[in-house]
Amino acid sequence: MTHWIIAPVVLPALLAPFIVLAARYHIGIQRAFSVAGVLALIAIAASLSWQVSDGSVLLYQLSDWAAPFGIVIVGDRLSTLMVLLTSALALFVLLYSIGSGWDDRGRHFHALFQFQLMGIMGAFLTGDLFNLFVFFEVLLIASYGLMIHAGGNTRLRAGVQYVLFNLIGSTLFLFALGSIYAETGTLNMADLAQRASLIGAEETVGIRVAAVLLILVFAIKAALLPLHFWLPSSYAEAPAPVAALFAIMTKVGAYAIIRVYTMIFPPDLEATAGLHDTWLLPAALVSLFIGMVGVLAARKLDRLVAFSVIGSMGMVMVAISLFTPAGTAAALYYIVHSTLAGAALFLISDLVRTGRADLNLTAQAPMAGTALTAGLFFAGAIAMAGLPPLSGFLGKLLVLDAAFETDLVVWIWAVVLGSSLINIVGFARAGSVMFWKAHGFAPPADTPADTPADAPALPRPATLSYVAVGGLLSLLVAHTVFAGQVHRYTTTIAEQLYAPDSYIATVLDTPGKLSTPKEEH
Amino acid sequence: MELLVASAIGILTAGGLYLVLRLRTFPVILGMSLLTYAVNVFLFASGRLTTGAPPVLREGMTTYSDPLPQALVLTAIVISFGMTAVVVMIGLGAFLGSNDDHVDDRPEGEDDVTEGTA
Repeated sequence: MTHWIIAPVVLPALLAPFIVLAARYHIGIQRAFSVAGVLALIAIAASLSWQVSDGSVLLYQLSDWAAPFGIVIVGDRLSTLMVLLTSALALFVLLYSIGSGWDDRGRHFHALFQFQLMGIMGAFLTGDLFNLFVFFEVLLIASYGLMIHAGGNTRLRAGVQYVLFNLIGSTLFLFALGSIYAETGTLNMADLAQRASLIGAEETVGIRVAAVLLILVFAIKAALLPLHFWLPSSYAEAPAPVAALFAIMTKVGAYAIIRVYTMIFPPDLEATAGLHDTWLLPAALVSLFIGMVGVLAARKLDRLVAFSVIGSMGMVMVAISLFTPAGTAAALYYIVHSTLAGAALFLISDLVRTGRADLNLTAQAPMAGTALTAGLFFAGAIAMAGLPPLSGFLGKLLVLDAAFETDLVVWIWAVVLGSSLINIVGFARAGSVMFWKAHGFAPPADTPADTPADAPALPRPATLSYVAVGGLLSLLVAHTVFAGQVHRYTTTIAEQLYAPDSYIATVLDTPGKLSTPKEEH
Repeated sequence: MELLVASAIGILTAGGLYLVLRLRTFPVILGMSLLTYAVNVFLFASGRLTTGAPPVLREGMTTYSDPLPQALVLTAIVISFGMTAVVVMIGLGAFLGSNDDHVDDRPEGEDDVTEGTA
């Protein structure tokens, strides 16, 4: 048993209190430790991904208690890919927050950041449903602190809404876990997968309720319509680096749906047939469409990006809800793309805010560093809208290709292509108003201009900020260039997910195991 | 006993949901507390209801109560208690800052971006 698999959880968990206790007044030391910690996380995540790339499953039993009695940490291809994605995203977000000075505008940014990473990593790695709940709470409570970092009334109000929405989600999660435990007597995922298939055809009422409650919880996290209402204002009001980190949080919901609904309640399980497999796809299509319409309707850039995140989550959920290996492989490719593109766009909108003090989509005088910012926005918009040559285009193509296996293929093609067009118009409008019209802009003659022409210009964003955004965009370019390799890898992930026998065997066939469950009830 | 516990969970949940839908900070937080009470009792009941049965092995006993839901409830209580404290603080901050305790979303463009000073 290797201990490395729990390192992505333990490292930030130790680093965060150290930063609070030992480096509380020294922002420089905090920054150094935070960056060093994230670099170490990337190295650990890369080596873990390398270890499981041959299809093996890593198991860590906490306190050496065998599952299902103890909590297990499990690393397979899917978990380690998500851990690697999170740590790579965290590095660039951290660099941006240092470059732009966001981390110095309130207290304990780096400690909360590390706690947030701990929660996300734990959620990806745990093999126990109640432990998943605990890690959800860890990442949420850190996100509450990060969400209202640097204060401000609007942000606090958005924060209250965000916290309350997520508290209701957590309560729902507990109800779901209670029903699952009452029906099966276990909360270990591998054990559940075995027991769910043994439930008799007449006794499925409880487990069906539990399956629906659970998918509702994950849909709240994934901002699936009609449970998306928490997302636009909280992502728009959160500090930009925090919003960029939150780009992975919606993917935690998507990850949980993939994990639970391929292993515990797989699509061919009779007990839960006709539930999520019928209505998840329409809900995903609606959220894709509404997200893109929101892009067109938004009057501020941060809201525009938030709605594009909802739209791209809709795309991910369309691919997931096909519940086929090809669909899941496409979903995983798109998850990586959408995380990086969403994060990059949030950071770019902060670059715009630095340059012109607000984010209203109205023509104003050109801002400092406008050419570079406009170029980055252009690249980010191309990626998010799914135009060639960046990876959004390839991801969309994979989803459309996988959609041939379902009856709703016409609907999927129509909504995906139609919403892409709306999205392109929305981003083109925003870009041309902000960057193009600025050059022909003259303040109206009858109103006194707010800023006289000789007022000191707003500062250019720091070079490190540009480096961080450029890093995210270059990861997107790499995701495009190596699309063949990445897609082959996500295909092997999907194959592993739809044949969970090796996962279940690794978790349960250990010394001190429970005998195989007989027919329940 | 089953009827009593089930109706208690039901009434707590219904009251909690009603208060949450009031969309003002104080009723919503009260409603959240009621909901967490309801879910705690629900988790407790998920291990089946027994009276007077020990949760750990003991000489001469044949029936036991399930110890796992009790541990789960303990975790859930601690988490919900902490979360309630957090939301009270954030809610107070938002109310004192803007003199308004509605928790719904204002129309876009009505508010200005406020930066910096906490």
